[in-house]
Amino acid sequence: MVKKKDFSAGLPDPTPLIEDIVSKYPSKIAKKRKKGMVANDPEVDQEVQANVRTIPGIITQRGCTYAGCKGVVLGPTRDIINLVHGPIGCSFYAWLTRRNQTRAAEGEDNFIMYSFSTDMQDENIVFGGEIKLKQAVREAHALFNPKAIGIFSTCPVGLIGDDVHAVSREMKEELGINIFGFSCEGYRGVSQSAGHHIANNGVFKNVVGLNDRPRKGKFQMNLLGEYNIGGDAFELEALFEEVGIELISTFSGNSTIKSMEYSHTVDLNIVMCHRSINYIAEMMEEKYGIPWIKANFIGAEATSKTLRKVAEFFDDAELTAKVEEVIAREAAKVQVVMDAIKPKTEGKLAMMFVGGSRAHHYQELFKELGMHTVSAGYEFAHRDDYEGRKVIPSIKIDADTRNIEDLTIEKTEKEELWREDLIAKKAKLEKEGYQFSDYEGMMPEMEKNSLVIDDVSHHETEKLIEFYKPDIFCAGIKEKYVVQKSGVPLKQLHSYDYGGPYTAFGGAINFFKEMERMLVTDVWKLVDTPWKSEPEIVGSMTINA
Amino acid sequence: MLLRHTTEKEIDRKALTVNPAKTCQPVGAMYAALGIHGCLPHSHGSQGCCSYHRSALTRHYKEPVMAATSSFTEGSSVFGGQANLLQAIGTIFSVYDPEIIAVHSTCLSETIGDDLGQIVAKARNDGKVPEGKHVIQAPTPSYVGSHVTGYHNMLEGIVKYFAMKTDEAKRQVNILAGWVEPSDMRELKRITGLMGVKTVLAPDTSDVLDAPMTGKFEMYPKGGTTIPELVSMGDSMKTLALGEYGTKGAAVALDNACKVPFDLLDLPIGVKATDRFISALSQAGAVSVPEAINDERGRLVDMITDMHQYFYGKRVALFGDPDQLFAMCEFLLDLDMVPAYVVSGTPGKSFEKRMKEIFGDKIDQVKFKNGANADMFQIHQWIKQEGVDLLIGNTYGKYIARDEKIPFLRMGFPIVDRVGHSYFPTLGYMGGIRILEKMLDLLMQYQDENCEEEKVELVM
Repeated sequence: MVKKKDFSAGLPDPTPLIEDIVSKYPSKIAKKRKKGMVANDPEVDQEVQANVRTIPGIITQRGCTYAGCKGVVLGPTRDIINLVHGPIGCSFYAWLTRRNQTRAAEGEDNFIMYSFSTDMQDENIVFGGEIKLKQAVREAHALFNPKAIGIFSTCPVGLIGDDVHAVSREMKEELGINIFGFSCEGYRGVSQSAGHHIANNGVFKNVVGLNDRPRKGKFQMNLLGEYNIGGDAFELEALFEEVGIELISTFSGNSTIKSMEYSHTVDLNIVMCHRSINYIAEMMEEKYGIPWIKANFIGAEATSKTLRKVAEFFDDAELTAKVEEVIAREAAKVQVVMDAIKPKTEGKLAMMFVGGSRAHHYQELFKELGMHTVSAGYEFAHRDDYEGRKVIPSIKIDADTRNIEDLTIEKTEKEELWREDLIAKKAKLEKEGYQFSDYEGMMPEMEKNSLVIDDVSHHETEKLIEFYKPDIFCAGIKEKYVVQKSGVPLKQLHSYDYGGPYTAFGGAINFFKEMERMLVTDVWKLVDTPWKSEPEIVGSMTINA
Repeated sequence: MLLRHTTEKEIDRKALTVNPAKTCQPVGAMYAALGIHGCLPHSHGSQGCCSYHRSALTRHYKEPVMAATSSFTEGSSVFGGQANLLQAIGTIFSVYDPEIIAVHSTCLSETIGDDLGQIVAKARNDGKVPEGKHVIQAPTPSYVGSHVTGYHNMLEGIVKYFAMKTDEAKRQVNILAGWVEPSDMRELKRITGLMGVKTVLAPDTSDVLDAPMTGKFEMYPKGGTTIPELVSMGDSMKTLALGEYGTKGAAVALDNACKVPFDLLDLPIGVKATDRFISALSQAGAVSVPEAINDERGRLVDMITDMHQYFYGKRVALFGDPDQLFAMCEFLLDLDMVPAYVVSGTPGKSFEKRMKEIFGDKIDQVKFKNGANADMFQIHQWIKQEGVDLLIGNTYGKYIARDEKIPFLRMGFPIVDRVGHSYFPTLGYMGGIRILEKMLDLLMQYQDENCEEEKVELVM
């Protein structure tokens, strides 16, 4: 069993820990890895190296571009067929393994439970796979009659020169439905992140703006970067419905292709996962003049803050009153649970290494429980997610990321869709101190001397556990049992360990109760055998006989 | 309905796979490599594969699954991944210190034509492989075969590298385990122990993927076939290869290189396949079958005769890997059950031949298919056309089972929503008893829940 450390007088300077960690690496690697580790000082601007190539053999937790594109961004949209062009694995592993829940009414299309693949064979590698891909599209159309088909490239597709975009255009012509391709080969970029960008570009080019539905209703917005893991988006849908705000489209939890097609007709975009969807937020503003703000619905306080910020934007007395009424009612419920649980969690230590967004958001929940986040990091976030968007102009695009297309967006030609009114509104609110298009990043909100690590390796994980002896470690499935074998409970913050939702007020209550379960239990005390501390029994019955 | 778009109407599919009954090679290579003591699997490709394969195995076993990757970038995909692999080998040995690195490839490195053998040789020449340490390799192109093929290829790579013939013949029998669970590997060792035959089991994932909680993470758990054991396989009297699709290549390699003759057997699932295994083991080791084994067999047959009424005539749909399916079909026939639909995504011409052998004159009763487009969508369509009483397959079967209200037995890879498969065997007579217990439980529960109230039986 791990002996806990007392950090009540503040966190220790982790610089010696960083030195210890890198001392095991060959010198060139040590130099590189050191740039991805920062002893945090929230008062000072510090640079962390992020979004650079993974070191071969280091045991990373990162995935690939395909996972970021198909698995993350497009996967949750229930009524399109996501056809994976490649050998079978890529399609198989992304089949229902992310918990993007969706709720389709009887008779509506829902392909979430299906996995579609061209299952490339060696002859397709040798002679090309375009003919098979076209045939697969025809068969998918004949069997399922979908509204749209997305085609996703995997590693070999780019190498053998199959053109998924040309096939898409041709099949779109032939079948008369929207068909679009993604060049999201796994080797592009350095992580899932490139896949987000490619997905954003593809959706923006091929889907957003296809349906200029006339606007109706007063308060309309999109929720960007919320994938409805464990029902997170359901929680938010209910919340906004109650206060009277219409969520036109969610990118992409519990979404339909149609909702994305008219997502450009809203008044505001709110961005939950900055990393995966900030591109669409930016592009919608450039093309249509729709402003965006950062949102956070993880934690009761964060939820209240975001709700108030949204209400302030719409500036309507009735809406504001309703928002305050809901906050008062829901916050009171959260308070009851928090009061019961906080005495058991106060002062405990957490660390988290999650994708590109949650390692920051979930610190809110731990704060509310009086817990310290001693170390945190992302798999694939960029410097702006760590340090804030202010550093974007200084980010250098390196050779590994240069080939990811950055779309040039022009103002829409449809005069009625260009939102001069919102531009004026944004200017007015900004003058009053309201922050648009901004994200301050994770580091300014972390404690002094907390340790920030980008793309944490297995070796680093072991060292962190040894040094901090945390009460809870938050990461994913690959780390879960590694960490738990060390006697430290691990909470999965990708899959939520098959629980959730964790967003908004109800989600906070769920999370608090989950923390209580994990931190209060005595199961960890069963790990040591009772006879470990007893003198060893020598001799045996046979000898004595 | 979860699978609301699946209808009984079939079209002649040539290109589209829907809900595959297989996955790709490297995960099998990773699993096989984990059955070697002190081994770190390494995926030579872009890192997504490695993460997916580790995750799949972890979800199945609820255990740590370690592996490294070459983390290809676009540059290495164009110019070759040699530099990545060389750097990886250096980093792995200095940071993680395994005894062996077992490298497998992916569709990426295979398509660009990286020659693993040449790169590994270069690593040795460049002094990147420390004294006494090993790097082995197996090609595992994802666009050929399935995960079972990857297991097959890595196992072949392992014995080719290690097994050595010396002048000293050893009184031992090699057992090449097909892709079975750690619990099954443990059961194989128990059986050979009862039989009094000294064996080398490879691979052996027991004590690797069913490791105890001790409060200390062991990167290389105590289990796994050791290097001396692997080397000694070249001096064994005989090899028993369990499951053609998982082990044939390794058995042939041992015969070619070290002149160790082999018997290619089915996985010992059910009565007859276990009988054949026990006979082969008794002959190979020149030992008689002990009373304890006869008793286990007797208990299994006793259970079949006791419960026959619940099995007779029940229609079963199965999907999974060929070696398991062959043995299970034979077992179900012995129970007078009807394996009505059998599907495996794993290609191979011998599938049809074996099915015909197993079913004999009953072959008309079964619809079977393997290879491309032999997927779960297909088996679901067949079920829609004419229903079954039991579905057997991996976790993905639960969506069909719920839609069609069919009792569902989880068997195969992956099982990600239940535990037990890593702790209790399905191999051997005891494994047969467990399969029967689980099937009976499902069939009886179905009856309990669905029969008319006045028909609920106290005693069954």
